[in-house]
Amino acid sequence: MKITRTEVAHVAHLARLTFREEEMEKFTSQLNDILLYMDKLNSVDTTGVEPMTHATVLYNAFREDVVKPSLANEQSLANAPDPRGEFFRVPKVIE
Amino acid sequence: MELYSLTIHELQEKLRAGEVTAADILDSVYQRIDQVEDKVHAYITLMKEAAQAQAAAADTAIRNGDIKALTGIPIALKDICCTQGFTTTCGSRILHNFVPPYDATVVEKLRASGAVFTGKANMDEFAMGSSTETSSFGVTRNPWDLTRIPGGSSGGSAAAVAADECIAALGSDTGGSIRQPAALCGIVGMKPTYGRVSRFGLVAFASSLDQIGPFTKDVEDCAILMNVIAGYDPRESTSVNIEVPDYRSFLSRGIEGLRIGIPREYFIEGIDPEILASVRQAIAVLEKAGAKCVDISLPHTEYCLAVYYIVAPAEASSNLARYDGVKYGFRSQEGRDLLDMYKQSRSAGFGDEVKRRIIIGTYVLSSGYYDAYYKKASQVRALIRRDFDEAFKKCDIIATPTSPTAAFRIGEKTDDPMQMYLSDIFTISANMAGIPGISIPCGFTGDGLPIGLQFLGGHFQEGTLIQAAAAYEKTAGMSALIARQKQAKMNFA
Repeated sequence: MKITRTEVAHVAHLARLTFREEEMEKFTSQLNDILLYMDKLNSVDTTGVEPMTHATVLYNAFREDVVKPSLANEQSLANAPDPRGEFFRVPKVIE
Repeated sequence: MELYSLTIHELQEKLRAGEVTAADILDSVYQRIDQVEDKVHAYITLMKEAAQAQAAAADTAIRNGDIKALTGIPIALKDICCTQGFTTTCGSRILHNFVPPYDATVVEKLRASGAVFTGKANMDEFAMGSSTETSSFGVTRNPWDLTRIPGGSSGGSAAAVAADECIAALGSDTGGSIRQPAALCGIVGMKPTYGRVSRFGLVAFASSLDQIGPFTKDVEDCAILMNVIAGYDPRESTSVNIEVPDYRSFLSRGIEGLRIGIPREYFIEGIDPEILASVRQAIAVLEKAGAKCVDISLPHTEYCLAVYYIVAPAEASSNLARYDGVKYGFRSQEGRDLLDMYKQSRSAGFGDEVKRRIIIGTYVLSSGYYDAYYKKASQVRALIRRDFDEAFKKCDIIATPTSPTAAFRIGEKTDDPMQMYLSDIFTISANMAGIPGISIPCGFTGDGLPIGLQFLGGHFQEGTLIQAAAAYEKTAGMSALIARQKQAKMNFA
């Protein structure tokens, strides 16, 4: 086993997801298949190879720090499931 | 000949000559949509009223002698490109009601060139899939055989172009999502170099791999669309500020002396023999037209898929953290408290494939596994890119099959994620290395399903790809062959 149900449950919590019992079973088994496939990377010698995290750009994109127009409040709130006045409302955080 | 079946360049000639109006063209395309859309289901949202206004504006512009590159041309947009005032769902329930407050840069550019938007095309949820079956809004069917998938993730865009429900379309390609559906639907699809086309307003999947590109009926139309969408965008810091050539100027250059690399790792067992035969025949046609074939090796090819399914989910798990039911999109009413509201909204809003990839991505980035998976994959990615750098010392472009099989049946691979992932084995490497690729039709299987030929080029060598693709298309008489096949086989029954 590459990954156990307990680990999947832990990762699901980190990713803010929940699964039903039967989903958990299926996901754990599929993730095991996928992670087993990843094992083939262990046969590649990567000693001294610099990791590549960007496709082409090798320099930083600097710009002047100037204020530019941004979205108006009502536009920013237009898609919110529960807007109140100038705010995004969420369920109670503290008791 | 119906107007909907024509290309951008053919329609533009007719518009210039005053033979047709933009309104005529849009009527024709919408007649076609009315005929076949209930069978194909290429669109999530149609934009008919707005399109009619755009067509009327195009006709006014034409009367004033102001014809731009896409004036009056009906174009479909993958529903991953933000459109101001029009729902942009990304194929997901979690964004089912999201109305962007701005246009993506590519949408702005198409508007400024006079294009008319037919609607938003169906796609795999968050572009994660190779068949358009993971969409929350139903499957799209392949116009060549309605029991089969159109490819993915940009399956709606590809099917819309193939079925003449638009004249051209935009899609996005993270691991093959433009080239594979183009191959499976018998049309032209290009993934530009990473940084060639702005990603501003493209809903993010894997930010170091995503790139927007065109779906067209022929190579000339591909060049026309590339001329419009390519270029630097100050709002997108990974777009690259280098000159955009006139891609149309490459169309008639021919391929005399062009060196075509044939990578041995892409002609292997497991590929459908009909595909292999068709691609080999296409290469013979290129040689006859004056190209020189060179045997090359891309030794890390067999690791591309493993690298991709670490890197892409890792980036996705981070990008998709923003969907929390607070600022936009779906919110579950079940949540007991804030944390539970996040979990319930995300669990009900995302489909299985997206959840699977978020879990993989979170896992490979999590403490204790980062080095073994993400770091290792990023190192092998560097080696994959090095393979291409070496190969392009020996050749100008590389030729491969686009996909190991023709269009498969709906439901055939949905239960086995690994089998589905293998559909992308020939397209993923280009995203890994950031290089451009194009898929063009090169024939049909015995069952009448389209086969795609892929060309890969060095960074910013889209022009050379268009040059080779145009030469092949002409020499092989591909446009006429497709027209004949369409007449004989595409019956929507």
